[in-house]
Amino acid sequence: MHIEVRGVTRRFGTATAVDALSFSIERPAMIGIIGRSGAGKSTFLRMINGMTEASAGQILVEGEDVLALTGKARRAWQSRCAMIFQQFNLVPRLDVVSNVLHGLLNRRPTLATLFNLWSEGDIRRAIAILDRLGLAEQAPKRAEALSGGQQQRVAIARAMMQEPQIILADEPIASLDPMNAQIVMQTLRRIHDEDGRTVIANLHTLDTARRYCDRVIGMRAGRMVFDGTPEQLTLDVAREIYGADASFSEATTSTSLDVLPEGRRYEQAMLAD
Amino acid sequence: MSDATVPGGLSRIEAGYLAQSRRRRALSTVLGIVLLAMLAAGFGLADSRNAGGFLDGLHRIGDFPLELLSEALARADRIPGLMAHYLPSLIETLNIALSSTIIGTAGAVVLSLLGARNLAPARWIVAPVRRVMDLFRALPEIVVALALIFALGGGPVPAMLAITLHTFGALGKLFAEVNENADPRPVEGLASVGAGWVQRMWFAVVPQVAPNWLSYALLRLEINVRASAILGFVGAGGIGYDLKVAIGWGQGRYDAAAAIFVLLILSIILIDQSSERLRNRLIRGKA
Repeated sequence: MHIEVRGVTRRFGTATAVDALSFSIERPAMIGIIGRSGAGKSTFLRMINGMTEASAGQILVEGEDVLALTGKARRAWQSRCAMIFQQFNLVPRLDVVSNVLHGLLNRRPTLATLFNLWSEGDIRRAIAILDRLGLAEQAPKRAEALSGGQQQRVAIARAMMQEPQIILADEPIASLDPMNAQIVMQTLRRIHDEDGRTVIANLHTLDTARRYCDRVIGMRAGRMVFDGTPEQLTLDVAREIYGADASFSEATTSTSLDVLPEGRRYEQAMLAD
Repeated sequence: MSDATVPGGLSRIEAGYLAQSRRRRALSTVLGIVLLAMLAAGFGLADSRNAGGFLDGLHRIGDFPLELLSEALARADRIPGLMAHYLPSLIETLNIALSSTIIGTAGAVVLSLLGARNLAPARWIVAPVRRVMDLFRALPEIVVALALIFALGGGPVPAMLAITLHTFGALGKLFAEVNENADPRPVEGLASVGAGWVQRMWFAVVPQVAPNWLSYALLRLEINVRASAILGFVGAGGIGYDLKVAIGWGQGRYDAAAAIFVLLILSIILIDQSSERLRNRLIRGKA
């Protein structure tokens, strides 16, 4: 598993959302990309998956430039590069197992999928994945009947169904409460630890990145301003990433349970913004 | 967590889901067979009751349009003049369609809000409103128009009333179904600030459903143009009356019929084009 990002750039009109991003991933890792909203994190992830076209640059996965792929080859890459969204992006009216089976859409004949002709083996595997994420009981329910945290885990199950080389997670916990956020992050970490898959997650909170990631990339206004281990992520570096002044404290960017009880400080930080 | 792993239950869950998907598959197969059988049976019945036979008459199906077309082409030079001649009748027909669509849409909005299970101010009101809409839809426009022409005399007003009544029922049903898919959260949000029913509908429901309402209303306008042309056949005036005369006259008037068809087609295209623009503006904001 070798990924090399070379000068990846995306311009929208005159604005540059992602500006000549370059780095490489040598072996499976859990990587957190942090930065303010609008820093270009989502655009970058969408470019890896192929949902947004890049204006310039290459992303080499095992030597193959995935940004240059089109049509069928691109869809095949997308099926090997799972994506998890902030708002889950499940099909609310279909049952949980069907949503998980959608992870196979690229690999099964279109006509068979339209008539819901999934093999018994596929269905068993989908339920096994759900069981691994503690969701087996929810299997026959409609996705919309589940809580946000459960829906996000169904989305992770769909991603796992893809048996992807990389899992991209775009703000996976931004719409969840701290308790569910923790469960979802632990799930992603577990997939990395147990299956050895590379996970790249956009996170807007420092403490989450610090806690779950092996490597942190900081982005500001489309540029990479930090690339290192969580230990190297000092308060000064964080100020640089978030473009904040001396009054900045980590609590401002935190949604974790540990910081919340310090109610007053958190409240002040929120109100000061 | 309530949804922790279930060691003994997993095979039960698996078996349950597999059985459920087998049931669904069997059901859709049966449904498909039933539909095909109904299609075959219905076609057989219709064909046997027909005066001629479907297959015997098939080769004659193009005769009338061909005759009309060849005659119209032979006198193509007269068509523009005829189109100008029939323009006032077309405007009368379009007027009937437009006014009945506007009044019909306004009524349908009210009926649909009262007839949507999730929005009605009181539950008991839903069923009677729906039955009234069923009634409006069930009565053929032409029957209502004939009855009104008998009472009020010929002219555009009976036609307009007949089409309006049908529009109440048809659009009311479609609007109500759109309303039932509306997101309840904005409605709840406005209920929490103490807004009344009318305010909740106007500010929380209408912005959500307006684009869909508009597409249905514009489609209805097209249907109503055709309906108002047909009502001309029974004495409601407009271009339908001219068409009846032109087509029924026998030899020699097919150029007039062709001119009328061209006018009708052009007006439908015009409605389609302008509705496209209107809808885009409503969905994306002014551009």
